[in-house]
This record gives sequence, C-alpha cells and structure tokens, in this order.
Amino acid sequence: MSDTLLVEPSAVSPTQRVVGGLLRSREIAVGAVLVLVVVLTTIKNPNFLFSSDGWRDLLLSPSLLLLLAVGQTVVIITRNVDLSVGSILGLTAYFTGKLFVDHPGLPIWVVFLAGTAMGALLGLVNGALVAFGKVPALVITLGTLYIYRGIFLSWAGSDRINAGDMPSDFLALGTKTILTIPVLTIIGFVVLAAVGYYLYTARGGRELYAIGSDPDAAVLYGLPTRTRVLSAFVLCGALAGLAGVVYAARYGTVSSGAGYGMELQAVGAAVIGGVAIFGGSGTVWGAAIGAFLLVTINRALPVVGISDFWQRAVVGALIIAAIVLDRVFSAREERRLVAARDEMRKS
Amino acid sequence: MTSATLDRSASRTYPAYSRPLWRRALFTREFAVIALLIAVLFYSNANVPNFDSPLTMYYLFLDIAPILLIALPMTMIIITGEIDLSVASVVGLSSVLVGVLHQDAGMSIPVAGAVAILVGAVCGAFNGFLVAYVGLPSLAVTIGTLALYRGIAVGLLGTKAVTDFPEKWTDLAKERITEGSSYPMILVPFLVLAIVFVALLHFSPFGRGVYEIGLNDEAAHFSGVDVERTKFWLFVMAGAVSAFAGIYYTLRFGSARGDNATGLELQVIAAVLLGGVSIFGGRGALHGVLAGAVLIGVISSAMRLESYTVNVINIVIGTLLVLSVMSTSLLAWVQGQLARRRVSHSSETGQRRQAAAATDSTNER
Amino acid sequence: MTDSPALVLRDVAKSFGAVVALRSGSLEVEPGSIHALVGENGAGKSTLVKIVAGVHRRDAGTFQLHGTDVDFGSTAESKAAGVAVIYQEPTLFPDLSVTENIFMGRQPLGRGRRIDRAAMYAEAEQLFNRLGVAIDPRRPAKGLSIADQQIIEIAKAISLDASVLIMDEPTAALSGVEVERLFAVARSLRDEGRALVFISHRFDEVFELCDTVTVMRDGDYVSTDAIADTSVDRIVSRMVGREVAELFPKTTAEIGDVVLEVDGLSSLGTFHDVSFTVRSGEIVGLAGLVGAGRSEIARAVFGVDTYDTGSVRMSGKSVAAHKPRAAIRAGIAFVPEDRRKQGLVTDASVARNVAAVIRRGLTHAGLLTNRDENRAAGPWAGRLEVKTSALDMTAATMSGGNQQKVVLAKWLATEPRLLIIDEPTRGIDVGTKAEVHRLLSDLAGQGLAILMISSELPEVLGMADRVLVVCEGRITAELSRDEATPERVMHAATANVTHTGELHQEATA
Repeated sequence: MSDTLLVEPSAVSPTQRVVGGLLRSREIAVGAVLVLVVVLTTIKNPNFLFSSDGWRDLLLSPSLLLLLAVGQTVVIITRNVDLSVGSILGLTAYFTGKLFVDHPGLPIWVVFLAGTAMGALLGLVNGALVAFGKVPALVITLGTLYIYRGIFLSWAGSDRINAGDMPSDFLALGTKTILTIPVLTIIGFVVLAAVGYYLYTARGGRELYAIGSDPDAAVLYGLPTRTRVLSAFVLCGALAGLAGVVYAARYGTVSSGAGYGMELQAVGAAVIGGVAIFGGSGTVWGAAIGAFLLVTINRALPVVGISDFWQRAVVGALIIAAIVLDRVFSAREERRLVAARDEMRKS
Repeated sequence: MTSATLDRSASRTYPAYSRPLWRRALFTREFAVIALLIAVLFYSNANVPNFDSPLTMYYLFLDIAPILLIALPMTMIIITGEIDLSVASVVGLSSVLVGVLHQDAGMSIPVAGAVAILVGAVCGAFNGFLVAYVGLPSLAVTIGTLALYRGIAVGLLGTKAVTDFPEKWTDLAKERITEGSSYPMILVPFLVLAIVFVALLHFSPFGRGVYEIGLNDEAAHFSGVDVERTKFWLFVMAGAVSAFAGIYYTLRFGSARGDNATGLELQVIAAVLLGGVSIFGGRGALHGVLAGAVLIGVISSAMRLESYTVNVINIVIGTLLVLSVMSTSLLAWVQGQLARRRVSHSSETGQRRQAAAATDSTNER
Repeated sequence: MTDSPALVLRDVAKSFGAVVALRSGSLEVEPGSIHALVGENGAGKSTLVKIVAGVHRRDAGTFQLHGTDVDFGSTAESKAAGVAVIYQEPTLFPDLSVTENIFMGRQPLGRGRRIDRAAMYAEAEQLFNRLGVAIDPRRPAKGLSIADQQIIEIAKAISLDASVLIMDEPTAALSGVEVERLFAVARSLRDEGRALVFISHRFDEVFELCDTVTVMRDGDYVSTDAIADTSVDRIVSRMVGREVAELFPKTTAEIGDVVLEVDGLSSLGTFHDVSFTVRSGEIVGLAGLVGAGRSEIARAVFGVDTYDTGSVRMSGKSVAAHKPRAAIRAGIAFVPEDRRKQGLVTDASVARNVAAVIRRGLTHAGLLTNRDENRAAGPWAGRLEVKTSALDMTAATMSGGNQQKVVLAKWLATEPRLLIIDEPTRGIDVGTKAEVHRLLSDLAGQGLAILMISSELPEVLGMADRVLVVCEGRITAELSRDEATPERVMHAATANVTHTGELHQEATA
C-alpha cells in the first residue's frame, strides 16, 4: 500500500511532510505560473523585466489589487463576500483628494489614516448589516456597492481631482522606490505580512477559518461569530480605504471610474490564489500571488502580441481553470482520505 | 401484480386552504411590492411634472425591457438557490456578435440574431455544466464567466462600435405596439416569454421541482427530481434570453459595442430580490419580480424627471434593495420586541404573539 | 468533592412557539458518577441537554451547577463554567486539522501571544494516546468516519477539563471495540471525580456503564433509580407508559414471486458483493450497526447513489443505475432515514409533498395547478390519517409521526410494488409507531414487497419474515423469522470480517 495521510504520525518525517506540503501547495503552483508568465514575456521582450521601468511596474501595478485581495480573502474565509470594495476604493480616493483640497497643509500620514478610517467605517456598515441582519453578504454588499458609488458620484458631481490638487510629496509616493522596490508596493507587502501572520498564528485568525468552515458548528462551539465577521468586514473596508489613498497617489487623478469593477478582480485574485469561495480555507499569500498573476498577465498580453482587449477573457479563463482544478484536487484528496479510512479499518 | 392500496377508505377529508383567498393573496411579499409600485405610480402621477405624459411610459419600458426579459430566467435560477452573474456579459457578447456577423460576415439581422441566441445558449450551457454537473459554486463560476464572456466580446471588437444597421430593424426595436400608444413593441415578445415562464415556474411539474431544489435539494433528489438537469437547463435559458436581450439592446441603440450593458446583472438581481425572491432559494413568484423591475424603472424615471442624477437614483435603489432583504429580519425583531413587552402585561396574549412570531419566521425562513 | 451535586435541573420547561419541547425536566447528577438519561425520541432529552449547554434558554425552573444558580446565554458561557457536551451529530470544522478542532479558541500560546503549534500537536497526540487511537494530529477533519469524529469530540471534551460531561448517544455509530474504549475513558473520568451524563438507547450499555438512571417521557421527568435497583423491563415500561406487546402486529402474508433481485452490488469503500431478493408479500429486515452500510445499499438500489458493479432487477427487468426516476418507474418506493432532510420538503405544503412524485401524471395539457395536486393528495393524506387542518399547511411544524405519514402517503400514491423503508419509526411516538407497523403488515398482506432497515432490533425481529445482517458493507447472515434471535443478529452484526485477505486483494487489484 502506498503512503497515506493516516499512517502513524511518526512514520512521516518532518522533512517529508514539509516537502509533501509544498508540492501540494496552491501558493507554489500559482507562483510557478506567475514566474513562467514573467520569464516567457521577458524572453519576448527583455524590457518587460530588465528595464528600470519594467521592474518597477511589475511590482507597482499589482499593489492596489493586492490590498483589495487581502481584505477580500479575510471576508471570503468567513464564508462571506464583499462586493462593495470597488465603490469604497472610489469613494475614499475622492475623499483623499478632497482632504488635500480643503486642508492643504495636512500631513500625508494623517491622510492615509483618514482614508483607512473612512474605509473601515464603510466596512463597518457592511459588517453590521451582515452580522445582525441575517442576510447573505452577497445581497448586502451588492446594495452598498450601489449606495457607496452613488454617494461618491453625487458628492463629486462633475468635478474631478487632478494632480494639481494634491501635494507633490504625496504624488511622489506613487513613483518613489526604496532599494528599487516601490513604496506603495512596500505598503502592500507590510499589510500582507501582518494579515497573513495574524491569520496563521492568532486565535482570532484561526476562528475566522473555523467560522467559514462550518458557521453552525462555530455557534455551537461558542465562538464569537458576529464580532469576528464584523471585524472581517471592517478590515476589508479599511484595506479598500487604504487602497483608495494609494490609488490617488499612484494615478494623481480621481475620475468617476475609480475602482469600477475592481470587486470582481479582487474576488478573482482570491479564487485564483486558492481561497475557497465557500470559506474555511485559503491564505492571503495565495490571494496576493493571484493578484500579481492577474495584473501581470494583463500587462504581458500586449508584449507577446495579443491585443490587450483580450485580457478580461484571460482573467475569466484563469478563474474558471482555478476552481475546476480545485475541485479535481479536492475530490482526489477526499478519495484518498476515504481509502485511508478503509485501510485503517481493515488493519 | 396488485398495487398496494389500503383497506381503510379515505375517512378523512381536508379543506384545500387554511386561509381565505383574499388573505392568501394580500399578505404576501409580492403583494407588498405591487402595493408599493401602485403607491409610487400614484404619487408620481400627482406630483412629478410630465410623469403622466405618454412618452414617460414609452421610454420607461424601452429602458427596462432587458431587465424584465433577463429577470424571467434569473428568478428561476435564484429560486433554485443558485445565481448567474454572467448575464450582462452574454448581453454584451450577443451585441458584438450581431454587429460583427452583420457587418463583416454580411448576415441578415435575423440570421445573425439566431446565431447570437445559439451562442448565448452555449454560454449558459457552459455555466450550467460547471454548476450542475461538476458541482462548482455558481457564484464563483459566473464571476469567472462574467469576465470571460465580456472579455471575448471586448476582444472581438475592441473599442470600436458597429453602428451600421438597417433602419428597418432599428426602428422595429423602438416601434410602438400601435401608433401613438405608450407601449413599445418589445413588450410583445416579452409578454410571450413571460407567459411561457409563468407556466413553467408556476404551472408545471418542472417548476415544482425548481422550488423543491431551492428548499431542499436532497429531498428533491430523493423524490426523483433530476436536480442536475433542472439547473443545467435554467442556465441555458438564462443564456439564450440574455442573448435575445442583447439583440434588442443593440438595435435599440443602433450600436454594437463590447461594453454594452455592463453592470446590468446587478440591476437584474436587484429587481429579482426586490420582487420578493429569497436569495436562499425556494421562495418567490414571477408577478412580484415583474413588479419589482417596473418599480425600479418607475422610481428611476420619476427621479430623472425631478432632475436627480443617476447617482442619487442608484443610492435609492441600493437602499431599497438592502431594506427589502432586511425587512424579514426586521419584522421578526420588531415582533419579538412587541411580544416581550406584552409578556409583562399578560402572559397569555404574549404567548400567542410569540407563537405567531415563531410561525411567521419559519414561514419566511 | 463538594457536598452539592455537580448538576441540578428541577422542573425545567421550554417551548418553541406553540410547541412544548420540555414540560418539566429534572435531573440531578453527583460528581464521580455516570448518570444515564433515557427516554423515547421526543421525550425532551436533547432539549434538556441543549439548555445545559447554553444553546437554548429555559423558560422556567431551577438550573444549578455545583450548588450555584446559573443561566447560560451561549455555549461559550457553559464551556467556561466547565460543561462539555458531545452532540449526537459531531460538529467539527471540516477544513481544519483535527488538532485545531480540539483546541479552537483556546490554543496554547507561546511568545507574543502566537499559537504554539508544536505544543498543540504534542498535546493532541497525548490525548489520542490516552484514548488509544492512532490519528494523525495534522490531518484535516474532512473525510473522518463518524466514529473517528466522535473520538475527536471526546478528545475535545477531555481537553476542556470539564467537571460535567454530557454525551448524547455517543455509541450509536461505534463498533464493539470502539464502545469498549469509550467506556474505559468514561470510567477513568468518573474516577477523577467528574460528573457524566450518558444518553443511550442501548440498555445493555446503560446497565454496563452507569450508576444511576433517570427516565423521561413526553417532556416530563418520570423517575430516578440506582441501576442496581431496577431492571430493563421496568425502565422500558416507564419510558413507554404502557405495555409494549402490541407494538408489532405482524400477520403472516402469502409470499409470492420474487420482486426485487439484487446481484453482486459493490461500491468502493461502502459495501461489497451484496446479493439478495425480496418477494411479494414479504418483509425483509436489513439489520446491522449504524454505519455498516445498510442505508447505503438501499440508496444504491433506489438510485440516489451510484454503485460500481452488480445489478438491480425488478420482476426480472433490470433497473438503470443512479436514476431514481427509473427506479420509481420500475415500481420502487423509498422512504429514507432522515425525514426532514431527505424524506420531505418541510417548508412545502402537505399537498405538494404528497403529490411530489406523482405530479407528472396530474397535468392537463401540460399544466399543473394547485387544484390538481390537492385533488390527488387529499385522499392519500386521508387514507394515512395525516393530521393537518388544511392541505396548504407546511410539514415543518408537524410531529415526527405525522411527517412520516406524509412521506408514506407520497410513496404509496405511486402504487409501488416494492417499498424500501429506512428506519420506519425513528423519532415517532409509541402510538404512531404501532400504527406504522400495522400499516406495513397490511401492505405486505396485500402483496407489497417490503425491504425494511432498522437499528431497533425488536422492530426487525417483530416485523421481518427474513433478516439480512450487514456488517462492514457485507451481508454476514441470512436468518428466517424463526432463526432470528437477538444474539444471532448481534453476533453477525459485530462479526469481525473473516475474509480480510480477500478484501486486501480487491483493494490492491
């Protein structure tokens, strides 16, 4: 009989376990695809990676989606979804610009804080409605998607925020690098590391997984499901708010289309990165790699000679491929666990 | 072989209904939506300038026709507990196909339209296959195909637009049923489809199966309902009807573009949920949904006449959606609070209240 | 040890809306003892347990823990007070490792409040050693057998260091060895001075393990006795409240031609090489432990599940696999074991439930109206004496027995030639139980072939003309009505499979 998961624990050496885990890991698989895309595109056009702009854009472009995907992952892990992140991003991006217009001397860190707080507040509204209204997050956040974007657009009216409205120090953040790594990407990485660390090592983080894995069991177990779900939405909103500030810094203008349709990209990145849409499993690392893959493919298409009009089709195909593969693998895993159980019973 | 019947003849008989007809008809979510629609109509007629002009209704129906059309299959899909987010992308794809096939391949509009509807059905079949037979969550699948189908549409045409359509057809899309009436021609095919879908959902064994799948798919499977096949065909229908809506959309605006009808899926779902269909599945009726779709249209056009921007209209519609789905929980909460207060006064009535609240919440789930 | 009992419940009441689940429940458990709580389904045991666990709040009555009044609003509160509950159906998080399942919410923390995984795994391994099981602490809970899931629940309860441990039918799915292991653990917990409450339907277990027994009936407390001072008969008559002789009104029917022929049916991991026949007028009982594969066999025959090899024939004609519609057309009816999840759509009306299978034949010009359904469903509901005020009432608030009548009406309306009925009387009050049994007997008398699955040995022995015993997915004995004694059936049901070698060959092939 071949080795199965159910052999005596001592029979599997730690190295074997780690290696086996890595081989099965979704993060590695998606990461490999990402590397492949970068390598192939670079062979076609070395500037994609080796020019200074190429390297910077490779890291900089995904930073927005990275923040959204991390927040979205935390919500999806609890078996919910937040469709309003694109609207939150747009609203806070405009809010950021407005702050600079109305209070010209404001320190940049205050603006970052204010944008994040604004996002957190909007996330709190979502979370409170979901946790206490007993209505699926899909419907609630579909509603707030309309509402937040409506508020954004009617607040903005016909005026838009232009580069001239914001201080040059702030706009410089959009292109500034430290050790060739863009500052905005560093912000994304710091957030990613903090959330990833929390989800893996904190009791609260593990409870989020438990809630998503089986919400009824979580209630029976005595876990504080409402507070946890609420805080997941607040975190997701806060990160979308932060992404709004980053958007303003990166693009220098905030037009009515800011963040439009980003919610689906964020969900897509998470799904591609191995986050199960019905909760309970997946990591922010995977979602982050998924975000990089999505954005990088979009940028690579024109380089390899495919019209970038096709990028959305590629994104869609990737999402479908990811969930189909997930199903194939989990079916295989389940069969193996059942077979292992039969083995146990016989011995 | 004898069939098994029981010796004891049917000693008991039962009334068919526990409540009189008027109560069954009035105390429903659907009726609440219809009442709200009538109230808004009356209010708008009285207070909104120009609302009573025949042009208002004409443009209202021209605008909401795609929503009305797609809401028919979407209602059935949501009643089974699934969802289809890709419908607007199919509208876009069908629009592009009609344009490209007409302009580049020289097909006549009916032939191009037939091909587009076929492709729409195939798109739906792809969704349906992945959801019903592979067993993937429809939310994830259709987020994927939303991007995929839209991507193909945009990929085929880029940012170009095909605007060269025979006037005969673009006029047909905007024509009125009779000269000077305020109802556009598109309502005729819509009514035909609506009758078909009402018969299918409310008056056929297939429709009973649709509800059972939404309430309890395992029990449905155990009594011989083919859960997979039912879901598969619903997605096929959604694809085909969306493609038809795409043809209408193209001809009405005389323009085939890749980004036509972007975001329409959310409006359709909002209309369906506003019309009283439960997102958990198993509950809802088409007359409520149609009232919900028209309600959205009426509010939009009334507010537009009052010169509110589309943004404010979106806020109102979003709020309405959230409130309508929260209403069940809100009602139960209010009833619970009332019951608690009554208990301190008289325990007997309190109990009755509580019992009523409990049955209400189980009815509404 | 303190003077006061570990757990006191006195005259506890609870209703859900108009339904009274518990009228006056009382239970007093001493530390260092194992207390049996017995009663029929619907007697209010589970409600009582859920009140202690903090899932429900009581409407009235006294509830004390170690002499102090308590009132739990959530399971977190009861847990903090030292109450652990093992529910009938394990409640695990399938995506998480078994270790995380045990320690969720109170994982050992290392430096910087981060979870110390090494310590956690070590502790889990210790727990498993104590329970004498080999489970990889890192494996996910997904894919565990019910017995293993039950072990995880017990490990969870032990690690909680609870002073009161309640087990709601923990042995229903366990084999002999597993039950012994569980009992050893329970005794060692008792000897540490903890109070245990043990709910079971198996009297041999109650008498083997427990010190005291409390009987409940219809939401009321009946009696409490020391195990040494009572007997099975006395407990049973208190549970039932009347004599049980009339429960099985089996009349002999004329046994006719073979209706169902099952030949060499196998499904990987669930059952192997199952062959049997059922004749018209015959009731064949399928006995065995929960999880032995009885229901799975029935589900495969009816086609809701698929099978790998073998064939099913009705009156000589083969029935397509994995197609319930084909089975229905061939004249098979299937009353499944879980009424609320599989048997009926509880939120749909009585009329729609009764007409659910036959409705394709009720259409006029392809259209189906409520009127058609009511007209067809009414007589069948009447014949089975379903208690409802109108045909448009939902089945959700009905009693178990009444729901079972709806399910039976739905299937008898198809005029079947074979009725497969899985746990015909689970969760049904005694009066209705006898009614169901009489009905089955009548149906067999009219020539219907019946395949009956039951976990209640008296039911199998009382009703069946022939008993097939299933053990670990194989039929290990076929006994005629005269041959079938409790000892023989239990022996065959717990027989360790002798042909292990053969199994291995199959698995490696």
